[in-house]
Amino acid sequence: MGILFDSDQELLADTAHGFFEEHAPVAALRKLRDTRDALGYQPEVWAQMVELGWTAIIFPEAHGGLAFGYKGLGAVMGQGGRTLAATPLFATVALGGGALMLGGSETQQAHWLPAIIAGEARFALALEEGLHHNPPGTALKAEAAGGGHVLTGEKHFVVDGSFADQLVVVARTSGTPGDVAGLTLFLVEAKASGITRSPVRMVDSRAAASIRFDGVRVGADAVIGKVGEGAALLDAVLDRARVCLAAEMLGSAEKLFETTVTYLKERVQFDVPIGSFQALQHRASQMFIALEMSRSAVLAALTAIDEGSPQLSLLASLAKAKMSDTLELVSNEAVQMHGGIGMTDELDVGLYLKRARVQQQLLGDASFHRARYAALRGY
Amino acid sequence: MSDLDTFRTETRQWLEANCPPAMRTPPGEGEIVMSGSRMRFQSEDQRIWFERMRDKGWFAPDWPVEYGGGGLDGASTHVLETELSRLKCRPPQVNLGIWMIGPVLLEFGTPGQKQHFLPPTARGEMGWCQGFSEPNAGSDLASLKTAARIEGEEFVVTGSKIWTSGAQDADYMYALVRTATGGTKQQGISMVLIDMRAPGITVRPIDLISGKSHFCQVFFDDVRVPVTNLVGPLNEGWNVAKRLLQHERRAMSKFAELNMPGPNLVAVTQKFQGDAQGRIISPVLRDKVAALDMEAHVQRLTQQRIVEMAKARKDVFNVSATMKYQAAETEKKSMETMVAALGWQGLTWEDAGVAMDAREATKQWLASKALSIAGGSSEVQLNIIAKRVLGLPE
Repeated sequence: MGILFDSDQELLADTAHGFFEEHAPVAALRKLRDTRDALGYQPEVWAQMVELGWTAIIFPEAHGGLAFGYKGLGAVMGQGGRTLAATPLFATVALGGGALMLGGSETQQAHWLPAIIAGEARFALALEEGLHHNPPGTALKAEAAGGGHVLTGEKHFVVDGSFADQLVVVARTSGTPGDVAGLTLFLVEAKASGITRSPVRMVDSRAAASIRFDGVRVGADAVIGKVGEGAALLDAVLDRARVCLAAEMLGSAEKLFETTVTYLKERVQFDVPIGSFQALQHRASQMFIALEMSRSAVLAALTAIDEGSPQLSLLASLAKAKMSDTLELVSNEAVQMHGGIGMTDELDVGLYLKRARVQQQLLGDASFHRARYAALRGY
Repeated sequence: MSDLDTFRTETRQWLEANCPPAMRTPPGEGEIVMSGSRMRFQSEDQRIWFERMRDKGWFAPDWPVEYGGGGLDGASTHVLETELSRLKCRPPQVNLGIWMIGPVLLEFGTPGQKQHFLPPTARGEMGWCQGFSEPNAGSDLASLKTAARIEGEEFVVTGSKIWTSGAQDADYMYALVRTATGGTKQQGISMVLIDMRAPGITVRPIDLISGKSHFCQVFFDDVRVPVTNLVGPLNEGWNVAKRLLQHERRAMSKFAELNMPGPNLVAVTQKFQGDAQGRIISPVLRDKVAALDMEAHVQRLTQQRIVEMAKARKDVFNVSATMKYQAAETEKKSMETMVAALGWQGLTWEDAGVAMDAREATKQWLASKALSIAGGSSEVQLNIIAKRVLGLPE
C-alpha cells in the first residue's frame, strides 16, 4: 500500500469537503461561541454525519462498520479541520470507539460499536490530570471492591466531557503515579452516581469538562482490556487518535495558509501587493515546505495504522510533533501577515490560532512527541 | 518468460560473474574513478570492473551502439540499474560527459559532433567538466560574461569560469559563453565545447573552508575553439542549457550513490554525549537531535510520496520544489548540532589524537555550508516556490 490516498479516499475527502463547507463552516463555530451554546456542537450536523456513515468508517463489518480504515477517517478529519468543525467525531469514534475496538471484550464491542455507529452514544476519554499530557502520571485511583472497582479522583480538560454519554476512564489500579504498569481503562456511564462534571470554556470555544469521581462504583464488566495492563492499550488507542488529530491539524493549517497567501496577493501597501515583498515571499515559501513535509508525515502515519505497521508509534509521534510545529508557525504567521486586521475577532484567523494551540496540546505537544520519538529510536 | 525477464536473468548472472567482490563495497575517499584520458586506477579490481563494463557499453547503457553505448531501451536500462544496485556494485566510473552533455549532444549535436565526442566519452576516454558559473554569475547565471567572438572558423574565448569540478583532469569543457549582447541577458548565450588542453587556458584549484577540493577556477585568455564545437543554435545556448539541467537530477542521484555515509548525527551524539545505554544525557541536546532526526524522516517520506505521485502520473512539481531547501537546511543544522555536541573535539584540524568520526564531522560541517549555495541557493529555492508554486506577484 502506498501512502497516497486512493481514489475512494479522495472521493470521501471531496464529499466531506462539501459537507463541512455547507453545514459546519467557521461561521457555525462562531455562532456556537457567541450564543454560549451549552452543547458546543450542532446535533443536526452530527446526525447527518452519522447518516453519511462517518461514525462507521474505522470499525469492522462484523459490528456494522465499513472497515474503510483510518485513511478514510483521516480524510474526513482533515476536511473538518479546514472549517474548524466542532463535532463529537474525534472523541466518540477515535478515542472511545478506538479503545473499544482495540481493547473491548466481545460483549462490549457487540453492544457499544453499533451504538457509536448509530450515533446513539457519545464518548469521551477521561485521561488528563495535570497541566500536560502524561499518561503514566495518572493518579485517579480504582480500588477493587466486591468484584468490581471504586473510582476516586479527578480528570481535567476532558474533550467533549461535558456532554458525553459514556466515559473511558484511565485509572490506576496499582503502583504510584509515574509508573507505566498498573493502569486500567474503565468504561463508565457519565451519569453514574458519584460523578460530578464541570464544563470548562476552552479558548477554542469547544466543550470540555473537569470531572470528579467520588467513589464511583463500577462492575467487573466495566474493565476494557486487562486490569493493570492498560498502558499498552492506551498507547495504541492514543497513537491512532494522535494521527487522526494530526490529519485534522493538517486541514486547519492548509486552510489558514491558503487564506494567508490569498491575502498577500490582495492587500496593497506602498502601492503594491504585499505579496511582492521578498521578505514575505520567503516566509510563505517556508510555510509551504513545512506543510508539504507535514502532509507526508500524516499520510505515512495514517497508512501505518491501516497496515498494522510496527512503525506506528514512531510515525504517530513524528506526525503529531511535526504537525504541531507547522501549525504553530502557520497560525502565528497568519496573524502577523494579516497585520492589524489579524488581531480582530472579526477575522477567522484568530479562531484558527486558538484552536491550533488546543490541537497542539491535545494528546502530547511537540516536545512530548520529540522525547517519545527519541526514546523509540533508542536515544 | 518475457524478453525483459530474460535480460534481467542474464544481466544478474553477468554482474555476479564479472563485478569483482571489492567493487561491491562503498568506495572510500578518493576511490572513485573519474574517467577520461588522465584517469588513474588505484587497484586491479577497479581496472577490471571499468574495462568489463566499458566493453559492454554500459557506461552509457541507453546510448545507441554506434556511439559506444549499450543500445538498451528505457525498460532494460532500468533493469540494469536495478540489478547494479541490488548487487551494490560501485559505478565503474564517473563522467559528466555521460550524464549531462552526452544526452544533449544526442539531441542537439551535429552528426560530426556525435561521431567525434560520443564514442570516446562512452568508453571513458574523454572526461568532461562543466563551465557555467562565473565569479560574477552565480545564482544569476544568465548574467555571464565570458565572451566568444567569431574570427573566421573559430571562436576566441576570453573570461573565467568558477566552481568547475574536476577541471584539472578533464579533457573537455561544455561551457556557456556570450556570443552577442543586447536583448535580454538570456539571449546571446551559446554553448560551446572547449578542449582543456588548448593554449590560453589556466586552471587554478580552489581551497575551501573545509580544505582541499575538486573545484577550480578556469581562466580563458584568447582561447581558440573551432566553430564546429557550437552546440545547438548560435545565441540560443540558454535553452540548450535548460535542457541539460533536466538531466542534472539523474546525474545528482548518481552522485548521491557515491557519497559515503558520513558521520551520522544520532550516532555521533550518542557516542560523545550519551550514557552507557546510548541515551543522550542532556534533554536539551536530545530534543534538538530528535527535531533534526524528524526533519530528515519527513524528508524521506516526502521523497517516497513524490515517487508514488510520479508513478500515479500526478504533477510533482510543487512537492519536488520543497526538497532541495529542506535537505540543505536540515543537513546544515544537523552538522552544526553535531559539531556543537563534539565540543573542542569538533574544532581541531588534522589532529591525529582526535577520533576519526570527530575529524570527519568537522570537515563535513564546513562542507555542508555549500549545500544551500550550490545547485540553486536556498534563497533561489524560496523564490521559485513563491513565484511558481504560490503565484505571489513580482
